[in-house]
Amino acid sequence: MTQIEKIRQEFPELGEQVYGKALVYLDNAATSQRPLSVIRKWTEMSEKYNANLHRAVHRIADLATSEYEATRDAVQTYLNAEFREEIIFTSGATASLNLVAFSFGEAFVHEGDEILVGEAEHHSNIVPWQLLCLRKGAVLKVLPVDDSGRLRVDLLPGLLTPRTKLVCVAHISNVLGLVNPVKEIVNICHSKNCPVLVDGAQGIVHERVDVRELGCDFYAFSGHKVYAAPGTGVLYGRRALLEQMPPYMGGGEMIGTVRWSGSTWAPLPQKFEAGTQNIAGTPTLRPALEMAEALRCEAAEAETDAIKKLILNKLQSDPRIRLYGVPKTPEEKIPLFSFSVEHIHHEDLALILDKMGIAVRSGQMCAEPLMDRFGVTGMLRVSFAPYNTVQEAEYFITSLDRAIKMLEG
Amino acid sequence: MKSLQEAQAEVVADFSMYDEWLDKYEYLIDLGHNLEAFPEELKTEDRLIKGCQSRVWLDATVEGDRLFFRADSDAIITKGIISLLIGVYSGRTAREIAEDDFSFVDKLGLRENLSPTRANGLASMIETLRRTAQNQL
Repeated sequence: MTQIEKIRQEFPELGEQVYGKALVYLDNAATSQRPLSVIRKWTEMSEKYNANLHRAVHRIADLATSEYEATRDAVQTYLNAEFREEIIFTSGATASLNLVAFSFGEAFVHEGDEILVGEAEHHSNIVPWQLLCLRKGAVLKVLPVDDSGRLRVDLLPGLLTPRTKLVCVAHISNVLGLVNPVKEIVNICHSKNCPVLVDGAQGIVHERVDVRELGCDFYAFSGHKVYAAPGTGVLYGRRALLEQMPPYMGGGEMIGTVRWSGSTWAPLPQKFEAGTQNIAGTPTLRPALEMAEALRCEAAEAETDAIKKLILNKLQSDPRIRLYGVPKTPEEKIPLFSFSVEHIHHEDLALILDKMGIAVRSGQMCAEPLMDRFGVTGMLRVSFAPYNTVQEAEYFITSLDRAIKMLEG
Repeated sequence: MKSLQEAQAEVVADFSMYDEWLDKYEYLIDLGHNLEAFPEELKTEDRLIKGCQSRVWLDATVEGDRLFFRADSDAIITKGIISLLIGVYSGRTAREIAEDDFSFVDKLGLRENLSPTRANGLASMIETLRRTAQNQL
């Protein structure tokens, strides 16, 4: 058994069949599959440690709280954050981004101020900023991408003004799969005293994230895309900023004291963790990040490199196919490929591939402005995880050709 | 002209000839390709069927008490599905269409094999046909 086969056995869903065919799961950018270690932790939390956190003095509550807080330590270590209270647990990247949009906005954004977002952002990194701008009378500005999908970082210095309060970019676009030069972006923004938020929903899966090395002020990601339970997520925020931001939601353990005359807030990180937390889910982040680390092994990396080469070669050599997010070098791109096929609707291709046992994504991929930028109503996306194999990539390529032939009629 | 029931039974029989879903889709794709060309000027907002993932246009003309349908879609499988529907209902009286329960569609097993959003699209197509007929009564 190869090392990849061994890894795959850890993910029960990968052994499933659809329409009597082996499932080939290539929709990892939407959500990853979960390993047994995560599933076990998830059920263990419900079977053995089910109590509410931080409140009661009883034994089970104590154990549940320990699991939860140990997870915070693990995430802090993983991200190399300076302080453990810089790790806020949320329900996902979307919640993390909305938290910043509200609380950072309340503290720092006023009428006429500007927020700058990348053109290739997911709706979750667009709409919260639009809401903030509506609330505050602020202005949303866009950092464009070029025709190959690369962020126009060269335009960044010119777009930053003394009124730019925050720059929001994805570490890796969920449509283009190109790794953005976050360090360079941070350097440019910090030289003008503007903080940077990074949407790491895809980045956390494919890059080794070190928030101190990146230098960003916020880093948001979801658990479910990086092997953890759904409904889990993280917001890393620089302590000095988080301390100045008011709470996002009220209630639960986020309070200091509550009086009719007014309330005070708990210190970080509880200030931002209102209400009952995802008791069973959040602790799965620990085995999930351990898996992410384990998947950075040579065997999986070699497999991914081979997959990238195969797919890029196919998508760039077939004249019927238009690839979005064209890398200069393979290192610039994660194994995520959005494309369209001449005269064929993306939805038709997705339906036929599904019947062949291949799960792919079709449509706007929560990035309508980017669809408009490329003049399409949608795209087809295949996104690989480190547990996908070269055989699966080969099967996808033959199936794609077969599907195109069927649909061309 | 075959009766509505006969036409429906024929489609169900054709469709059930194929065991594999891939073959059923091939059949729909063929239907889509063979659908009569739809005039570009009819691709208007009011002819768009709402609730479909891909764009589907439906045009109805009335001749006497009968309704004639033409349709198009930018996705070929969707085009095959609407072609299958209008193949059964085009040229029939408004009353016949309005009073039909469209249950033959369930016998195709299509609904179960479309994703929920696409099944909604199918429901929207049926609803549009029914409403168009209803409005003629």
